[in-house]
Amino acid sequence: MQIDLTVNGKRASLDAEPRLLLVHALRDVIGLTGTHVGCDTSSCGACTVLLDGVSVKSCTVFAVQASGHEVTTIEGIGTADELHPMQEAFWSAHGLQCGYCTTGMIVSAVDLLKRNPDPTDEQIRAGLEGNLCRCTGYENIVKSVRAGAKAMREHAPLHSVRDLMPIHPPAEAPPPSGEGIIIPALEKALT
Amino acid sequence: MAFTTMVGARIRRREDPRLITGRATYVDDVKQVGTVYAAFVRSPYGHAKLLKVDISAAKAHPAVLAAYTGDDLHHAQGLKTSLPVAHKMADLKTPPHYMLAIDEVRVVGEAVAVVIADTAYAAKDAAELVEVEYEQLPVVVDPLKAMEGPPYVHSSLGTNVAFRMPFAAGDTEAAFAAADEIIKQRIVNQRVAPVSIEPRSMVANWDAGMQQLTLYSSTQIPHLLRTQLAVVLGMSENHIRAIAPEVGGGFGGKLNVYAEEFVISWIATQLERPVKYIETRSESFQAMIHGRDQIDDLEIACKRDGTITGLKLRIVGNLGAYHQLLTPVIPTLTLLMAPGCYRIANIQAEVVGVFTNTMSTDAYRGAGRPEATFFIERAMDLVAQRLGLDPVEVRRKNFIPNTAFPHTTSTGLTYDSGDYETTMDKALNIVDYAGLRKRQAELRKEGRYLGIGLSTYVEVCGMGPSAAMPAAGWDSATIRVEPTGSITVLTGVSPHGQGQETTFAQIVADELGVPIDSINVIHGDTDKVQYGVGTFGSRGTAVGGAALKLAIETIQAKAIKIAAHAWEANPDDVEYRDGKIGVKGDPSRSMTTAEAGFMAFMGDNLPPGLEPGMDATRRFEPPNFVFPFGTHVCVVEVDAQTGQVEFVKYLAVDDCGRLLNPMIVEGQVHGGIAQGLSQAMFEEVVYNDDGQLLTGTLMDYAIPHAEQVPHYDLDHTVTPTTVNPLGIKGIGEAGTIGSTPAVANAVMDALAPFGVVHIDMPLKPEKLWLAMHAKTGNGRAR
Amino acid sequence: MIPAAFDYVRASSVDDAIRLLGEHGDDAKLLAGGHSLIPMMKLRLAAPATLIDITGIPQLDAIRVEGNRVTIGALTKHAALAASDALKKSAPALWDAANQLGDPQVRNRGTIGGASAHGDPSADYPAVLLALDATFTLIGKGGERKLPAGEFFRGMFDTALGAGEVLTAISFDAAPKSAYVKYHHPASHYAVVGSAVALTLNDGSIGAARVAITGVGDAAFRAGRVESALAGVRAGDDDAVAAACAGAASGQDARSDTFASGAYRAAMADVFTARAVAQAAGR
Repeated sequence: MQIDLTVNGKRASLDAEPRLLLVHALRDVIGLTGTHVGCDTSSCGACTVLLDGVSVKSCTVFAVQASGHEVTTIEGIGTADELHPMQEAFWSAHGLQCGYCTTGMIVSAVDLLKRNPDPTDEQIRAGLEGNLCRCTGYENIVKSVRAGAKAMREHAPLHSVRDLMPIHPPAEAPPPSGEGIIIPALEKALT
Repeated sequence: MAFTTMVGARIRRREDPRLITGRATYVDDVKQVGTVYAAFVRSPYGHAKLLKVDISAAKAHPAVLAAYTGDDLHHAQGLKTSLPVAHKMADLKTPPHYMLAIDEVRVVGEAVAVVIADTAYAAKDAAELVEVEYEQLPVVVDPLKAMEGPPYVHSSLGTNVAFRMPFAAGDTEAAFAAADEIIKQRIVNQRVAPVSIEPRSMVANWDAGMQQLTLYSSTQIPHLLRTQLAVVLGMSENHIRAIAPEVGGGFGGKLNVYAEEFVISWIATQLERPVKYIETRSESFQAMIHGRDQIDDLEIACKRDGTITGLKLRIVGNLGAYHQLLTPVIPTLTLLMAPGCYRIANIQAEVVGVFTNTMSTDAYRGAGRPEATFFIERAMDLVAQRLGLDPVEVRRKNFIPNTAFPHTTSTGLTYDSGDYETTMDKALNIVDYAGLRKRQAELRKEGRYLGIGLSTYVEVCGMGPSAAMPAAGWDSATIRVEPTGSITVLTGVSPHGQGQETTFAQIVADELGVPIDSINVIHGDTDKVQYGVGTFGSRGTAVGGAALKLAIETIQAKAIKIAAHAWEANPDDVEYRDGKIGVKGDPSRSMTTAEAGFMAFMGDNLPPGLEPGMDATRRFEPPNFVFPFGTHVCVVEVDAQTGQVEFVKYLAVDDCGRLLNPMIVEGQVHGGIAQGLSQAMFEEVVYNDDGQLLTGTLMDYAIPHAEQVPHYDLDHTVTPTTVNPLGIKGIGEAGTIGSTPAVANAVMDALAPFGVVHIDMPLKPEKLWLAMHAKTGNGRAR
Repeated sequence: MIPAAFDYVRASSVDDAIRLLGEHGDDAKLLAGGHSLIPMMKLRLAAPATLIDITGIPQLDAIRVEGNRVTIGALTKHAALAASDALKKSAPALWDAANQLGDPQVRNRGTIGGASAHGDPSADYPAVLLALDATFTLIGKGGERKLPAGEFFRGMFDTALGAGEVLTAISFDAAPKSAYVKYHHPASHYAVVGSAVALTLNDGSIGAARVAITGVGDAAFRAGRVESALAGVRAGDDDAVAAACAGAASGQDARSDTFASGAYRAAMADVFTARAVAQAAGR
C-alpha cells in the first residue's frame, strides 16, 4: 500500500504491506533508528514517538494507520546542534546508562509536559508508566524530567552539544594543562 | 594523587550526546546492503523427542534463501555443534548442547530449526511453515525432585546431578554441639530474568574476498566471543572480527555466547550475505539465560548473645537443561561468599548443581553472590528474632572488625579492606534508626505495620585474578598519543552503560594533563582493540581502569625520557607534576604530554636507543578480588487489608573505595537497588510442572516501572583498596546485592507481630496477606 | 512481534463499515485504536484476514452530556475521557478508569469502543459500564439495537457485538457519586481486581448502589448481594460498609494466575469494593 507520512517535518512515502508496523517503517524504511524496540507486547515504550503531537507506541500502530499524519521521532525532538531541553536534562542529570530506553523515555517526558508543565515527582513517575528502564532505577530519570520541565517553563536557551563541550572541570579546580600547546607544536613542525 | 581536576568530578558523560539524540548505533541499527533475516523455530515443549523436522515447506516460500535443522549443522564441515562451557571443575557432567537441537529438546524455546529470508517478516512467516513432530517426554523443573532420580533431562547421564562440591572449614559439628540455639531455615532464591531492554541482537557478515567474518553482537565480551567463534566454527581467530557496538544493557545476560551467534555466523559464511537476528522479547524470556534459582538450606548455630558459631549449608543450584558459558560456576560463588561480612569460622557445606527442563541459569547481576548475601543477611535477622535481639546488635557482634584486614575468611577469600561498623553506624544515624523503631511501635498500636530492614553486605568483584577465573581474569588498555596531541584509549573492557568512555577519559586527562575532549575511548571492536576480557563482575574500572593506569605510567615514563633528553637533564630529575613534565625543583621547565608525544612522532630528537612513537599497551593482572561493602536500610509499610507493600524510605551507604565520578557511581547504585528490590518484590520466572514458561512476556513478568520503586537516598564511606593502583572497588553489582535482603528483612520485620519468620521471594501481596490473616483472620496482629 | 499478513480497508462511515464487514465475512475485524487487537496479532494469537479501519469515521469520538444523560462515541480515546472535566463531574468512575487504564501512550491511542468490544476479563471499563448501567448502541445490517451493559459483556473475550455490527456509542445516566478503584497488575497494567460503584446518598446513608467487579471472573459482573446489603448503610461507617461488601465475588469462579490466586482475588474484591464505596460516597 502507498503510505505517505510526515516525519520530523519531512515528507516520507513508502509502499508497504499493511502489516508493516510504524516502528519498522521508521527504522528500516525511513532509516530513523533512534526509535527502538524492546518488547512485543506494547509494554516497554522504547518505541515511543509522537503521532500528531501525542505519544504512542509505534510498535502498536500500523504504518498505514499513520498515513496522512505527522510523526515526530527522537531525531525530530532535538539535534546535536539544538538539543531539546529534555535531552539536555537527561544528559546533565545522568538520566540514562545504556541509552536504549532513553529515546522513548525522552519522547514520553516531552508528551507528559504538554499535559502538565510542572509535574510533581509522583506525577512524573505516573506519567512515565508506559516506559521501562532497567538501568537507572528511575531516580535520575525523575530528576531529569524535573530539570527538563523547569528549563522549558523558564524558556531556557537551547544548547548544542558543542555548547556543552568541552566538559569543564569544576570551577574551583585549575584548568587542564595542555590547552593551546598542540597547535604551536604542529606549527613548529610545519615551518 | 595531588593533581586531580577530573577524577572525582561529576561530569556529564561523553557517551550521552549520541544516545539522547537517537544517533547511537545498536546492533539492529547496523544496516548492510543485502541483509537477510533469520527466524528460529523453537520447541513448545519442555522435553520431547524430535521425530521429524521438515523444513521443505519453509524452503519453498518464495522469500526464503535457506533453512537448516540441527542435523544439517551437525553434518556441516568443520563445525563443532556443541556449545562451549568455561569452568575449572573436576568431575562436572557436561552433556552436549547442540546449537540446534538434535534428536531431543530439553527446554521450552530450544531452537530446532532456522529459516533465512529476505525480510524479517517473511522469515517469521516461513518459520511457521516448518513442520516439527515431537513425542513428549517426562519433564522435571523442580531441582529437588530432579536430584532424587528420574525423569532425567539427559538420559545418557543417568542422573540430573551435574556436580556435588562438598566443603568444610573449622569444626562445625563441635560448634553445633556447643550452640545455645540452632536455627534451621530453607531460603529459596527464585529464578529471575535479566531483561536488558535491548534483547539479544546480532548480525554476521562474511567477506569472501578477505576471508573475514564480522559479527556485530549485543555482547559484554566481544573478544571472548571471537575466541569461541574461532573454536566452534573451526576458523582462524585472526579472520574473525567481533563488534559490540552500542549495547542496550546486559546485566550478565550478554556475558555469554549463544547458539544463535554461532548459527547465524556459520550461515553468513554459507550464503555470503549479512545475516541478522534480533530476538523478540518472548524469545528472550525463553532463550536468554536466567539468573539465581537456588534452594539454600541453612542451619545456624549461635550463642545466646547473638554470636554465630557455625553454619551448615546446602546450596542447590538449578542449572537448567544445559550449561551455558558459566552455568556451573555460579552456585559455587555463593559458597565463597557464604560468611558475608561476619566471622564464621565453622562452615560445613555442599553445593549441588542440578539439571532440569528449564533455561540455563548463568551470571545475572551479582551472579551467585546475591544468593549468599541474601541468606546470610536473612540469617542475621532470624538469629535476632529467635533471641529477641536487635538485628543491628547481632550484626555488630559478628562483624569482621576493621582492624582485621586483610581478612581471610573460612571459605578461603581474602577481603582486601573494610569497615563495616562505621558504614552501618553512618546509615543508622542518617535514618534515625532509634526514631524509626519508636515510630514502628506507635504504628503497630494503630494496626499499621511498619518494617525496618537492614542489609550489611560485602561482595566480591573486580573479577578477577586469572587463577580464580574460569577464563582469563586480567584486562588491557592501550594509550596512543597521536601526533597532533589527541589521545586514543583502547580498552579491553566493553562498557554498555557503565560510562567508562567518561571515567577513563577523566583518569587520562588528569594524569597526562590533556583536555578531556581530546581523548577518545574506543572499545568493543576486536579489530581495533587489543584482546580484553570484557565487562562483567564489576570489573570494568577495577581491572580495565587499572590496566589503563599502568599504560599511563608507561607513557609517562617515556615522556620523561624524551623531556630529559631535550633538556639535557638526568631522567631521574624529571617527573610528572600536575599533569605536566617538569624538572624537580625547577618550575621554569615544563613540557606537556602532547609536546613529548609530538617529539616521539618526529623522531629526530630522541635519546639514543629510544623507539619513536608514543603508545603503550599494558595488562593488569589483579592480585586479588576487591570487596565493596555497605549498609542498606529499607523501611516499608504493609497494608494489612491487601498485603501490598509501600516503600517509606530507602537509604544506601556504600563503600566502593575512591569515586572517580560520583554521578556515575550513584547511577550504578540506583539501578542496582532497583534490580535487587525488584527481585525481592516482583520478579519470578515460573515454569509449570509441564515445563511451560508461564512468565513469557512483559505482560506477565514484572520489571518495575517508575511508580513501583521509591526514591533512594545515597551516601558513602571511602575505604580504599590496595588491590589495584586506582584504589577503587567495583560498584556495578553492589546495589543489587545489598538491596534484596534489605527489602526482604523490612517486610519480615513488618510482619513479625504476626509470628512470621520467613517468606520466600517474590514478596507478592498475596503471600503477605495470607501470613497476616493466617492466624487471626482479620489482618490484625492481636 | 510480526503480525500475519492481512488486507486493509478504510471505512468512511458506519454504513460503509457494515458493508465492508458483510463483504469480508467472519475473518474481518474492525480496527479502531488497535490497542487490544494489534498486540494479539503481534503474538499471532489473532490473525484476521482483513482489517477495517474505522478511525476515519467522523463524529464517533465525542463526549456529550445532555441533561442527565452522558453519551460517548465509541472512537473516543481513553486520553480524551481522562482529560474530560464534564466526565469527571458526571461519571467520575469512568474518569477514574480512563485515567488508570494502561499507560499514557495506550490512553493516547486506545478507544473506549475497542476496549469494550474486546471483552477482556481484566479490562477496566466493563466494571464501570456495568455499574453505570450503560447502554451500548450497536448498528448492523438490520439497523440499530441498544443493549444494556449486563447483556453486552457475556464472558471471556465474548461480547454481544455481532459479527456484522459496529459499536457506535455508549450512554448512561450521570452518576456523580461513583468511583472505580483498581488493583494494578504489576506487569500488565490490567486490573487484578477493579471495583466500580455508583451510589445515591440520602443524608449520609446509601440509597441505591450499583456495584460491578472486573478482573476476578470470566467477565466483569454486578455484585448483586453487595448492592442490596449496601442499601441503608451509613457511608461513613467503615465497618458497616466493609460488612456489606463482604463476599463481593461470591458465586464467581475466581481466576488464578501467576500473580494472584482466585481466593486472593475474591478477598480483594471485598476490600476494593469497600474502598470504591468510600471514594464514591466522598464525591
